[in-house]
Amino acid sequence: MTHKQLALVIDLNVCVGCHACVTSCKQWNTSGQAGYLSDDNPYGAEPTGTFFNRVQTFEVGEFPDTETVHFPKSCLHCEDPPCVPVCPTGASYKRAEDGIVLVDYDKCIGCKYCSWACPYGAREIDEHQKVMKKCTLCVDRIYDAKLPEAERKPACVLACPTSARLFGDIHDPQSEASRAIREQGGYALMPEWGTLPANHYLPRRKTAKRLHPDELERHDNPLKVDGQLPRPATGEPALDDVTSW
Amino acid sequence: MRPAWSVLLLTTLIGAGQGLFLALFALDAWDAARGQASLAPWFVAAVVFGSLGLTGAGLLASFFHLGHPERAWRSAAKWRTSWLSREVIVLPLFMALVAAYGLMHWTGRLQGALPVGAAAAVACLALFVCTAMIYACLRFLQEWHTPLTVANFILFGTASGLTLAAALAAWLQPGLARGYVIAAFIAGALAYLGRIASLARNTRLRPKSTLATAIGVKHPRIAQIAQGAMGGSFNTREFFHGRPREVVRAARWTLLALVFPVPAALMLAAPQSALVLGAAFLLQYAGLLAERWYFFAEAKHPQNIYYQAIA
Repeated sequence: MTHKQLALVIDLNVCVGCHACVTSCKQWNTSGQAGYLSDDNPYGAEPTGTFFNRVQTFEVGEFPDTETVHFPKSCLHCEDPPCVPVCPTGASYKRAEDGIVLVDYDKCIGCKYCSWACPYGAREIDEHQKVMKKCTLCVDRIYDAKLPEAERKPACVLACPTSARLFGDIHDPQSEASRAIREQGGYALMPEWGTLPANHYLPRRKTAKRLHPDELERHDNPLKVDGQLPRPATGEPALDDVTSW
Repeated sequence: MRPAWSVLLLTTLIGAGQGLFLALFALDAWDAARGQASLAPWFVAAVVFGSLGLTGAGLLASFFHLGHPERAWRSAAKWRTSWLSREVIVLPLFMALVAAYGLMHWTGRLQGALPVGAAAAVACLALFVCTAMIYACLRFLQEWHTPLTVANFILFGTASGLTLAAALAAWLQPGLARGYVIAAFIAGALAYLGRIASLARNTRLRPKSTLATAIGVKHPRIAQIAQGAMGGSFNTREFFHGRPREVVRAARWTLLALVFPVPAALMLAAPQSALVLGAAFLLQYAGLLAERWYFFAEAKHPQNIYYQAIA
């Protein structure tokens, strides 16, 4: 694992479900040289269109013990992507240099077989251009030398107001993304299929203080000796009464 | 999965075309082994044209599945990894070999026709395997990921081809009809048993993926609140058949009745009547369409876990 594997690490503990990553992704990728991401009825009753990234919401548990989980979902750039070998034309490929899974829109015949082969439903056909589309990790942005260094990140990462999205090389143990996976319990989706997703998610974390009884009561005073000290009766003079200051 | 008509037609039509060719070549090879020539030229011509017509129609139907049919030639590129690519290569190869075989038969070069026919038979089996493996190789579509899928494609294709061969024989060379009816009955019965086995297997499948593994939250009760889009998406269109449960059940009963019992009863009732045997083939073909429709409808794609509620 010496080669690079770029990926997103998404912190579910921080995501507030604002959809800023969805809109910024759509804006960047519909304006690029690869062509627009088509929509149908954008202002009608049944709006539908091509997106690389969506935020879903789940409710975990049963009332009143429930928790809302906002779950951004995009291509996971699997290290063993099942969508790539099934492509008959080679339009679907994984880049050796940085591990990004991409579609060559000029070679894609629109047979949809790769979407069948993705257990995550990360691929969507563009209903007007008739080619398969998916998250590119903003490949046209992250290497753009014309952009300031700090902006060479996917649009969704830059847009996230809570910094729930980290971007980096997960094969570099020193990268922020790698460290987050290692130190904060990063996990992969549907590990049962062996696709080795590069994108990881950080779990919801609860901050809880555990109090032991001896923290509420002095454990070095088992006989409660201080409680048994003789107390002066209320009628007896207090210190103020017997002392002239 | 949503059953696409182009794919239903492709797989059933080429299956029947392949089975039809196998029916002819098996008899031809048996004749050669016995040192006889029992095949009437018109019967051979009808079978070869029938086989080419069916596979050609299937090939045509497959183009309607593509977003960019004009780029279809590119799909031969990745035969090392993709079963779809292999199918794209083997199908025209099979058709070319069948055409060459028919031409040599028609021009009387029977000795030369045999090896060409044998090559076509190998291509025919390879095509069955390629077509079935397109579905069987997808490991997370658990309903498809079984050797039964390959067996079903081979057996149903062969059975429907043999039924058609029996009908053509009853019309053009009645002496052969009886043998083809028996062969079609045996192949149909085996196919039927295989399909019942796969139906039984699939009803007992337990999905490996759950919402807990899909979003990585370890809890038995997780409910979707929003899927990120209100008006549907490719994910809600391509992976759901979108039909009420009654339709799925009707398809199941249609396939169970038409794919073997009804045509078998017709074939046994009138094994010499071209009309009845032709009707048996058409009914079996309708049953095969229902079978393929159900094959798609019963497959539950794990991505559907992410699309259980709109809002």
